[in-house]
Parts: sequence; C-alpha cells; structure tokens
Amino acid sequence: MNINLTLIGQSITFLFFVWFCWKFVWPPLLGVMQEREKKIATGLEEAERAGKDLELARRKAADQLKEAKEQAAEIIDGANKRANQIVDEAKQAAHAEGDRLKAAAKAEIDQEVNRAKEQLRSRVAALSVAGAEKILSVNIDAKVHDDLIEKLAAEL
Amino acid sequence: MAGEAQTATDYIQHHLQNMAYGKLPAGYTRADGTVLSEPTWTLAHSSQEATDMGFWAVHLDTLGWSVGLGLLFCFLFARAARKATPGVPGGFQSFVELVTDFIDKLVKETFPHRNAMVAPMALTIFVWVFLMNLMDLIPVDWLPMAAAKVSGNDHLFFKVVPTTDPNATLGMALAVFALMIFFSIKEKGPIGFIKELTLHPFHTGKWYFDILLIPFNFLLEAVSLIAKPISLGLRLFGNLYAGEMIFILIAIVFGVGVLGFLGAALMHMGWAIFHVLVITLQAFVFMVLTTVYMAMAHHRDEEHEHDQ
Repeated sequence: MNINLTLIGQSITFLFFVWFCWKFVWPPLLGVMQEREKKIATGLEEAERAGKDLELARRKAADQLKEAKEQAAEIIDGANKRANQIVDEAKQAAHAEGDRLKAAAKAEIDQEVNRAKEQLRSRVAALSVAGAEKILSVNIDAKVHDDLIEKLAAEL
Repeated sequence: MAGEAQTATDYIQHHLQNMAYGKLPAGYTRADGTVLSEPTWTLAHSSQEATDMGFWAVHLDTLGWSVGLGLLFCFLFARAARKATPGVPGGFQSFVELVTDFIDKLVKETFPHRNAMVAPMALTIFVWVFLMNLMDLIPVDWLPMAAAKVSGNDHLFFKVVPTTDPNATLGMALAVFALMIFFSIKEKGPIGFIKELTLHPFHTGKWYFDILLIPFNFLLEAVSLIAKPISLGLRLFGNLYAGEMIFILIAIVFGVGVLGFLGAALMHMGWAIFHVLVITLQAFVFMVLTTVYMAMAHHRDEEHEHDQ
C-alpha cells in the first residue's frame, strides 16, 4: 500500500482512455442514436400522414361512389322516362292510325252503302216499272209516269 | 486458502501486497538474506522491500489490470460504435447504447455547461471503474495462484483488483483534479480562479474587509478543493479494499473443516451478491462526483448572480 509511480501511471492511463472514448467511442455512438431517433420521428410522422391520406382517399372514394350511384340513378330515370314516352308516342300513333283506318273504312262503307242504295234504287225503279207493266199488261209510258216512279223510288 | 507453511496473517498480507517493481539500493539486505552488491531493478519479494523501493516503483499488477480492462472497454465500445447502425440495434449495441444513453441523460442533468469531454469521461469512468471493481468478484485465490503457477514463483505478489490499490483510485482522482483546475482556469481565467479561492465564502463588498478575510477564505477554499480529489479516490479505494478484505477473510474460513467450508461458501455467496451492488454503486458514485466537480469547475459566480 505504498504510494508510488503507479499513481502517475494511472493518471496518464485514465486521461488516455478518456481521450480515446471522447474521440472514437462517444461521437459515433451518439450520432447513431440521434439518427435513429430522427428516423423514428419521421417514421411516426409519415405513418400519421399516411393514415390521414388513407382517410381522405376513403372519403373521396365514398364520395365518388355516391356520385356514380346518383348518376346511374339519373340515367336509369331518364331511360325509363324516355321509354314511357316512346311507348306513349307509339300508343298515340297507333290510336291515330287506327282512327284514321277506321274513318277510311267507314267512309268506304258509306260510299259502298250509298252506291248500293243508288244501284238498288235504280233497280227498284226498273223492277217496279217492269212489275207494273206486267200487272197492267200495258206499256206504261215512262214519260208519263216518270214522276210517279221517281216518287216511288225515293220512298224506298 | 492458507497453505500449511503460512499463517493467516501471512496469507492476508500476501494478498494485500501489490507486485511492486522498483530499484533497491546497493548494500540492501533482501528478504531472503542476500545482500545486493549494486543498485538493482527488481520485483519486491516482501512488503518491506516494496516500501523501501520508495516512490520510484510501479505496481505491475495494478497497472496491468487497469490498462488491460481499459483496453477491453475501449475495444468493445469502439467496435460497437464503429459497427453501430441507426437501424435495429443488435444485442451488444443495444447494451452499449443503453449505458451511453443513461450516462448522456445523467450528465445533461448534472452538467449544464458546454463541454463535449465530460460525457465521454463519465462513460469511461463508469465502465472502466466497474470493470476494475468486477475483478473483486473473482475468487481471491484464482488469479494469484494461476500467476504463481505460470511464473513458477510461489511468492509472487499479484493483486487483481486495481481499485483496491490507492495508487489507482488516487491516480484517477488526481487526473480529475487536474482537469478541475484546468477547466476552472480556462472558464474563469486565472484571476477569476484566484478570486474564487480568496473572496469566498465570506464576502462583504467592502475591499478593506475583504482583504482581511482573504487568508481565512483561502484556507477554507483550499481545504475544500483538495478534499474533493482525496475523498473521491479514498472512497472508491476504501469500499473496494474493505470488500476485498472480507473476501480474503472468508477465504481463510474455507480451510477450517467441513463446517467452515460450508459456512464460508454461504458467506462468500452472500457477500458476493451484496458486493455486486457495491461495485456498481461505487463506479456510479465516482462518475457522478466527477461530473459534479466538472460542473463546479465550469460554474461562474457571475452566472449565478445573473440567474437571481
């Protein structure tokens, strides 16, 4: 337990190790630790931002989906309306066509009836004259009885 | 364990003697009775010889172990620092970073000034002193016996715990003291340093009173200044020396029959477990006090007055 030169030796050793640690151990270690701290901080920040982005994207997608749905509904609505319109128009056209055809047929029928009536009338006049001739066995002067026959035919 | 030819006292003395290498003068009677014809550099063969070598002798075991353990610290930590990545740290890197971070935080708390040297110094002290203290947990006879076998010298003195040598602890404290003085003068200037030593703690503000107070102030301040490194070194030495002493005493009990062996084993285990705490705590205390002393050396009174 004598105090001797070891004291000085130990002092020098101590200062050397402190110097070594100061120059070669401490700076890289602390640098690495700080770098990692920074990395973690930016990592967390990015994660947070990504979360926000995700939320935003999700909301945007939902919005777009809603919009698309609305548009689709609108289109379907329009199509339905248009279809109804077409059907209505077709119905109307058919009605009109039908009416026209009916009217034409009616007119034709009327015409035919009138013509038949005319024919009938003229035939009846002739027949009645013939009948009367036979009955009377004489020739009826058509000219004389013309107004009579006319009257008869008109009554038919 | 005490040998047949050895008494317990011899055993203890043998364990407490460092391997001193120094110069013995001509005409000196060695421990084995031979007389030196001329001055000789040699290993001390007895405590008396070690004492007679005077100041110009070195303790090879103390220096060897402390340098070896210091190099181990430097090697391990420098390798970890070189390989360190900011990515996921490996096992040893995590451990090194844990210690470094712990010390960095502690130094930031206790040392508010700007000096890039203090934190690495605290790390060095903590790990190095811890490693040196850790040698205390190796059973007291293993390494000395191994050294005796290797050297072929049964009486080789071989103390493996450098911190049980006051030269080592006081040597470190002396370096800390030198740094204290250096930074005091660097931060406050020579005048500021002298003022600090002479105008505190008693200060009246009237120069004719202050001059009268200078001797008194100087005495107080000088004592408190010198007491710092001495208490720093002796605290570590005292704790470890006492611990080593207990281990040696327990080791003697190992030789006293079966009961003695069992009792000693139990005591040894108990003391070793307790000592784990002591060696860590002493390394920690040495580090914290060094940091505090550095903070005091950097502290300027003007700053203090501005703060208030």
